[in-house]
Amino acid sequence: MNQLQNFTKGFFKENPILVLVLGACPTLATTTSALNGLGMGIATTFVLICSNIVVSLLAGIIPDKVRIPSFIVIIASFVTIVDLFMQAYVPTLYETLGIFIPLIVVNCIVLGRAEAFASKNTTLSSFIDGAGMGLGFTMALGILGSIREILGNGSVFGYKFINGDGILIFILAPGAFIALGYLIGFINSLKRT
Amino acid sequence: MALALTLIAMGASACLAFVYELTKEPIARTVLNKKTEAIRQVVPEFNNDPNAEMFRMPTMDGDSLEIYPAKVDDNTVGYAVNTYTDKGFGGKISLMAGFKPDGTIFNIAVLEHKETPGLGTKMSEPSFKDQFMEKNPSDFLLIVKNDGGPVDAITAATISSRAFCDAVQRAYGTLFSGGTYDGTSGPSDTESQ
Repeated sequence: MNQLQNFTKGFFKENPILVLVLGACPTLATTTSALNGLGMGIATTFVLICSNIVVSLLAGIIPDKVRIPSFIVIIASFVTIVDLFMQAYVPTLYETLGIFIPLIVVNCIVLGRAEAFASKNTTLSSFIDGAGMGLGFTMALGILGSIREILGNGSVFGYKFINGDGILIFILAPGAFIALGYLIGFINSLKRT
Repeated sequence: MALALTLIAMGASACLAFVYELTKEPIARTVLNKKTEAIRQVVPEFNNDPNAEMFRMPTMDGDSLEIYPAKVDDNTVGYAVNTYTDKGFGGKISLMAGFKPDGTIFNIAVLEHKETPGLGTKMSEPSFKDQFMEKNPSDFLLIVKNDGGPVDAITAATISSRAFCDAVQRAYGTLFSGGTYDGTSGPSDTESQ
């Protein structure tokens, strides 16, 4: 597989949210606005790239039997780093995302890529895979966040273009399921044609 | 096998210790800034250091609140009270409520909350909280309209609005009535948000 395909597969063909439906929990919970979705996506992308690089470097020396605990330790370290830095430099976003930053540790995409890709491929490919998957995830979260913010609040990225309230349910949990369901359906219909 | 895992865990701890040291100071600064910023917003201009002159006053229910006096050349121009309520839709809400020495509300800032995004979160927007400015809780009862009071509740977030009033009432009661706050403001609620 060439590196370009390796990078672009995260956006459409193997998009973690829209096609693989991995990591749906933070997706549904944090996409109440476009900005929150993007923030969550970028934090996850950082963790994904770093853990992919380190896992691919260490893959040779980690014994097979303890690979999952090792991967989790590596992932958890990067998540804690992101957590501390966000707390220090972007406190507003940190407060909005709350518990979902520490929960990146158990996000299936991160462990999934470490196990399925980084542990079997070169460092460069793993970096590209992490970047592609992470940005694909960020894109999906951004789109979902925008849709929910537009319908639910009449604004996008905090810029209000409708006076008054939106359709409140799209800000609430059921709206997340509805919006994600239609988005996945839309992507599937594109794939079929 | 055990050795590999131990080494990875040690490496990870070393990295985390380093990042923790690196971000410790910015995080402390962010927290302090946020508090100072909130105090600055809710009381008239001052030239002392309210953080240094902070004192605590007991509430009726056995707790105590932090009070930050704002002074201009030793004349008190206002008090910022770090108050809270447990009656929010998502649990605890903490506010910084600023009063003039005669008990008039100067301004209110929301510090922390877990309210529903897009609904309860509107309590930090001027359209809701500005109605409290320049009002004195001695004649402007902190009760929402649904309960027969003068406060305009946020659409679809009556519980959050009620909780907001409760927190302000707690601050006012603690500061000016020597702890006569009785833990209720307005009739208890039975309807849902």
